[in-house]
Amino acid sequence: MIADRLMRVLTLADYNTRVVMFGTVMLGIAGGVIGVFLLLRRRALLADAVSHAALPGVAGAFLLILALGGNPRSLPLLMLGALVSGLFGMGCVLFITRFTRISQDAALGIVLSVFFGFGIALLGIIQRTRGAPAAGLNSFIYGRTASMIRADAMLIGTAALVVVVVSVVLFKEFRLFTFDPDFAAGDGWPVQRLDTLLMALVVAVTVIGLQAVGIILVIAILVVPPAAARFWTDRLDHMVLISAGMGAIGAYLGTGISALAPRLPAGAVIVVAHGAVFVVSMLFGSTRGVLRDLFAHRTLARRTVMQNLLRALFECEEAGRGGSVESQWRYLTTARGWIDRELTRGLRLLLHDGSIYRLPAGAWQLTELGRVRAARVTRNHRLWEVYLLEHAETARAHVDRGADYIEHVLGEELVAELEAALPRFGKVVPASVHVIGPAGGSA
Amino acid sequence: MIWTSLDTWIVVAAALAGATCALIGSFLVLKKVSMMGDAISHAVLPGIAVAFILTGSRAGPVMLVGAALVGILTAVLVQLITRHARLEEGASMGVVFTVLFAIGLILIERAARNVDIHPEHVLFGAVELVPLHVISFWGWDVPRGVVLLVVVLAVNVLLVLLFFKELRLATFDPELATALGINANAVHYVLMVLVAMTTVAAFEVVGSILVIAMLIVPGAIAWLLTRRLLPFLLVSVGVSVVAAVVGHIAAITVPPLFGYADTSTSGSMATVLGLFFFLAMLFAPEQGLLARAWNTARLRLAIGSQDALGLLARAAEKAGEGSLSAAEFRDVSSSPFAGRRLRLAATLGLLRARGLVAARGGRYCVTVRGLEQGRAVLRSHRLWERFFYEDGQVELGELHTAADVLEHYTDPGLQQELAERFAGIATDPRGNRIPEESSPARRIGAPRARTPNDREKEPRA
Repeated sequence: MIADRLMRVLTLADYNTRVVMFGTVMLGIAGGVIGVFLLLRRRALLADAVSHAALPGVAGAFLLILALGGNPRSLPLLMLGALVSGLFGMGCVLFITRFTRISQDAALGIVLSVFFGFGIALLGIIQRTRGAPAAGLNSFIYGRTASMIRADAMLIGTAALVVVVVSVVLFKEFRLFTFDPDFAAGDGWPVQRLDTLLMALVVAVTVIGLQAVGIILVIAILVVPPAAARFWTDRLDHMVLISAGMGAIGAYLGTGISALAPRLPAGAVIVVAHGAVFVVSMLFGSTRGVLRDLFAHRTLARRTVMQNLLRALFECEEAGRGGSVESQWRYLTTARGWIDRELTRGLRLLLHDGSIYRLPAGAWQLTELGRVRAARVTRNHRLWEVYLLEHAETARAHVDRGADYIEHVLGEELVAELEAALPRFGKVVPASVHVIGPAGGSA
Repeated sequence: MIWTSLDTWIVVAAALAGATCALIGSFLVLKKVSMMGDAISHAVLPGIAVAFILTGSRAGPVMLVGAALVGILTAVLVQLITRHARLEEGASMGVVFTVLFAIGLILIERAARNVDIHPEHVLFGAVELVPLHVISFWGWDVPRGVVLLVVVLAVNVLLVLLFFKELRLATFDPELATALGINANAVHYVLMVLVAMTTVAAFEVVGSILVIAMLIVPGAIAWLLTRRLLPFLLVSVGVSVVAAVVGHIAAITVPPLFGYADTSTSGSMATVLGLFFFLAMLFAPEQGLLARAWNTARLRLAIGSQDALGLLARAAEKAGEGSLSAAEFRDVSSSPFAGRRLRLAATLGLLRARGLVAARGGRYCVTVRGLEQGRAVLRSHRLWERFFYEDGQVELGELHTAADVLEHYTDPGLQQELAERFAGIATDPRGNRIPEESSPARRIGAPRARTPNDREKEPRA
């Protein structure tokens, strides 16, 4: 029964579902695209102020139409009111930031809360006026996709198309100017006009989204998909595409669920769907995802242990202490300061790696492959030590620690540069700058 | 207007909510994290909803605990996302609070079926309903919401008083605070917890969104009026209490003027706060737009006067008598009055009123006192030209522009220094004579133009 309904919704079997789905998905795409630039412009919360500032416009338009004897539920007129007061609110934020010592975050808070409060006061008047059909106004606050008709969906679709087309045509301009407005201005781009255009598109998406998602949550369709896309890529063009896709997916899921549970506030359901997409991105994102970060951290930690142990074994042999199990173990723990647990773990990793082997009751030996690796690691370490001694004037006692930090991340190019800087070593492993043997060794 | 005990309780509740919010919100404004107040006040919604579903009651310690947890959660999530995604903090806030708010909205909508809670009341406040739920203290009925607010206000005041020094340091200079052994990060989190608890205590009165107005606007007003922390907090709290009273009166008196019924007190309070902010923005004694416009105008006039006197002194040098017509004032080469009739008229009017210039037959003649001041300007100007020519390697053609700016900011001491530097040189690089200093007894020099910054440099008591 439920599965049946779910299929009907997700496959767009009903005409109503198709209309609503078209509207919200287009809105999701438009919000995702323009939101990327809004985020890069570091103005995410300006959209929040705009949407809250739209409430007195909606309520004021309602009262005005009522007083003039028109139909106060006419959507285009209410949206016009929203547009005017939203723009006015944005103007107030920019004015306060520019001409007083109030910082931008406070200006945003002031405008959004005061305008919203004024809107609530007007709404209070409407609700206590006998005979005013006030119920329609609530959909502006919570969003009500279910009541969306074909004309609304077409309006949203057209506006979304305009936003996407403008963003594609002006992609290069927007990119330059959102990343580095000063450079763009210095380079002769009409920065002021581009900024105005970008903000106009943001306001357009916000006002159109009001009816679908609601005043309080409409900022989510501008902010959440781009923030989610950030976890997947570092490139702007990819980010725009991913963000648009995520906006569409979130809208699709949200609208579908709210079609199944019509009592739930549709705007909130759409936002929670966007939130789910965000959480998935944050965990599994391929560029900045939390799991990827953890994995990268673990890999580096493991490589560091292995390389350190390889060098220790190599130098153990150099010092002539690798003959018996006891002297090798004593060398590694006493002279090199390995603790048993770390040592066991490192040896297991190297064994698994094929770098070392051990005859029954014998000491650990480097395999052929292991010897090559150990020689390379040791060579990098010592080259870097010599470099620090000779070129960076680091004290002898400190070079070991300095090299320890850097040796694990030396790339081939850097090693080549080191060889060029220290040509006398050729391809051999240089002798250690420290005394290796019973008396000392590096910790 | 009919005032009943209901109205008294409404005003008391609103004033308490306002004072509590203003006290904590001031620190948000000072730390420039106002929008964290926005984020937290949205984000506590699921906390309220869960506590409500669990206990079935709208006030109580469970809600405060829930709020504190959500406050920490919000702050942590915002930091986490900002760091991982390398986004601006605003964007991370936008993500966190919208999603949490949406979850809260859904929970409340579901809970609304069987418990007495309405989304409208949570969002926009229902101060009108506050007096209906009372607790008795020794036979004295006090609304439950008021009791909760008093408790939270007491906690806030106590914490602010106890940790005044730490709060001040951590607010204004987190690095110094850390160096002195105060954990600025911990202070931040404690502040967020307080914001969340305050929000929850106040939401019944003003609603979870209008709380933002009460958190931020009083602090912003104080920010325009004072620079010291204690007066700042007092102004902020005072403003919000006044706004509560005025807001409620406006709610029941203003709409009837237009033929409507009354309206919601919380919306009206936010509007009144907005008006107060607007007034402060215009009329604040130092930071107000009018005060700053007045300062700018005064500076312009002072500079204009010096320019005009300088031009007259030049004319006196050439023709023996210092007089110019209005047209000549504008047409002299590189005249600061070119195309600025209004500024010229205002300047000449001021000079005439001060007795430095006299009008005679359509021409403006400089008086003895005026000539003296004009010469002082000219002296500064030509000394500067000499300076830029000798020490600054500035081209001959550019000298005038450079000297033109500095001549207005040259006090007698600086003029003296320049004169000593070029002692024995009597002319500017083009060969114009540098006017003599006026007699030492009457050495006035050009009155130095005061810049708006002067005031800020003065030490404060």
